[in-house]
Amino acid sequence: MASLEFGTLVADPSTIDQPFESDTPVTRRRRRIRWGRGVILFLAALYFIVPFYASMAFSLQKPTGGFSLTPLTQIASAPGFLSALWLSTQLAVITMVLVVLLMVPTVIYVHLRMPRFRRVMEVITILPIIIPPIAYSVGVLESAPAWLRSSQYLLAIVYVILAMPYVYRSLDSGLGALDLKTLVEASRSLGSSWVSTIWRVLVPNLRSALMSASVLTIALVFGEFTIANVDNWTTIPVWIYLAPTDNPRVNTLVAMIALLATCLVLTLIVSLDRSVTYNTDADSRRKQ
Amino acid sequence: MTVATTDSPTATNAGRLAARGAPVVFDNLTRRYGATTALDGLSLEIAPGELVALLGPSGCGKTTALRVLAGFERPDLGRVLVDGIDVSHVPAQRRDMGMVFQSYSLFPNMNARDNVAFGLQIRHQRAAPRRAKATELLELVGLAEHVTKYPHQLSGGQQQRVALARALAIEPRVLLLDEPLSALDAKVRAELRDQIRALQQRLAITTVFVTHDQEEAMSMADRVCVMFQGRVEQVAAPSVLYCQPATPFVGQFVGVSSRVPVTRRGDRAEVLGREVPIRGDLNSVPTGDLEALLRPEDLDVVVNPNGLGVVTHRSFLGATTRVGVGVAGTNLLVDVRSAHADELDLGTRVDVRVIARDVLVATPRRAT
Repeated sequence: MASLEFGTLVADPSTIDQPFESDTPVTRRRRRIRWGRGVILFLAALYFIVPFYASMAFSLQKPTGGFSLTPLTQIASAPGFLSALWLSTQLAVITMVLVVLLMVPTVIYVHLRMPRFRRVMEVITILPIIIPPIAYSVGVLESAPAWLRSSQYLLAIVYVILAMPYVYRSLDSGLGALDLKTLVEASRSLGSSWVSTIWRVLVPNLRSALMSASVLTIALVFGEFTIANVDNWTTIPVWIYLAPTDNPRVNTLVAMIALLATCLVLTLIVSLDRSVTYNTDADSRRKQ
Repeated sequence: MTVATTDSPTATNAGRLAARGAPVVFDNLTRRYGATTALDGLSLEIAPGELVALLGPSGCGKTTALRVLAGFERPDLGRVLVDGIDVSHVPAQRRDMGMVFQSYSLFPNMNARDNVAFGLQIRHQRAAPRRAKATELLELVGLAEHVTKYPHQLSGGQQQRVALARALAIEPRVLLLDEPLSALDAKVRAELRDQIRALQQRLAITTVFVTHDQEEAMSMADRVCVMFQGRVEQVAAPSVLYCQPATPFVGQFVGVSSRVPVTRRGDRAEVLGREVPIRGDLNSVPTGDLEALLRPEDLDVVVNPNGLGVVTHRSFLGATTRVGVGVAGTNLLVDVRSAHADELDLGTRVDVRVIARDVLVATPRRAT
């Protein structure tokens, strides 16, 4: 309620007696909403932090009282841990590569050439969530060729199916944010082939979508237990459940570290993605 | 029945330019989408270095024609010849055509220079000359200060100029412009229109420009191809199109015109009490009820307290004022000099006279 005249802030006399803006009903309502949000956030944080804290306390607490980091040093020497970690890492990488190679061209094709098929795709890609993992395990083991049945790569193929719902949705929303048809046509009119268009134009613009798809895939592979167990492969989750350690605190600690690592990777990827965006914005502000 | 007419491309000033662009021929193109016919035997010849605007109402097939030329659509029938070679089945990426799109088509992950250099990178040009050429082209379109900016840091007009530089970077045989100005505000549009035209003439590049904006088409093009229902209605220089529309559709679509019932008397038509020669081929003049298409400058008004017309509205246009006159249930638009428009208040009774040398006649429009 003031006006700026020749660089001087002049108060409007008619508004001097009016209450401060901070006391208006709208401001009071906003303050209530902020409080409400804070409470919800706090409760949600408790929901995650309390079990995490309890598990960490259980893992690191000495029977005599106090905390010790000794269980951390015991992880690497725990029997089977490193091979389980290696297997899970391999499976995560293979699954990630396969699912991206399969889904990126598929989703682009559906968006460009068969937009009406998107609804059908949504239904198809939700199936892996609806069908119980045990059904896959049995079905895949029965139908896979003998040479593949004994290979760990069979597990990666199953994980590709399991990761499909998350990867599809991530790519679908990423492509939905682009003017795909125009970008593709612009690229092709400049002489670019389809492969080159996907690699040079579309993939860089799907960076965020691909990153979130990759993180979800890694988290899925590092957390999947049923199929790996039925298929007799000792991945990290199976090891945590079955490892013949004399100290159950180590198993719990590994589970917590896996959870923490996933959170860290997710945070790292999100902040990397943000920093690229912020840098380009800052660049432009400096130049303008 | 309408008769499509075509001026020779060599008759235009584009023919005098150094012909670096390639000649383009649409030969009897037909393209159908289910029951809809987007192109219905479209034929058009474009001379090297010429800028031809495809103009028409929505759904007339102008964008389809451009997309067929670009290689994004295949014709069901007919051929597209570029430099005398049938390219109908050549994929888009091998046609060497630069295209500027209606929506902003810059690659968001690349800055302005990388966008312009993209086509050169695809052609495996070395980094240093590629970057130098991209910078040079950005200077050409007036964006020397913005080479490292990303698309989201550029205004709409700047983005379209980068897109133009990108299309020119590959030294295309034909430049395709798909309503590149439609998303811009009026001032930027006018500036960019002049810039595109100047560049096109300087580089003498064959250009096909799709637009639904008559002003754009008339001010930029060497020739304008008016399309309707997938067919060419008339191809001519803008002045010819305006002054001598070959078909009633062109007369009605291009510029402003009023329709007045007429009576035919041999080779003349009686319009507002005066007999005026009928324009064009008399054999193609339809029989039965007829209407004359009259431009605002084909008419004049004189104040007369006993006149049959009444001034119904006035629009000041600068040097002229457009006056609406109601005569026997018909509203006529008449341009008068603004200096003489003061006496034409709303409700003033006037006489309307035809001052045109001849008139175009057509069958009356059916009520919709």
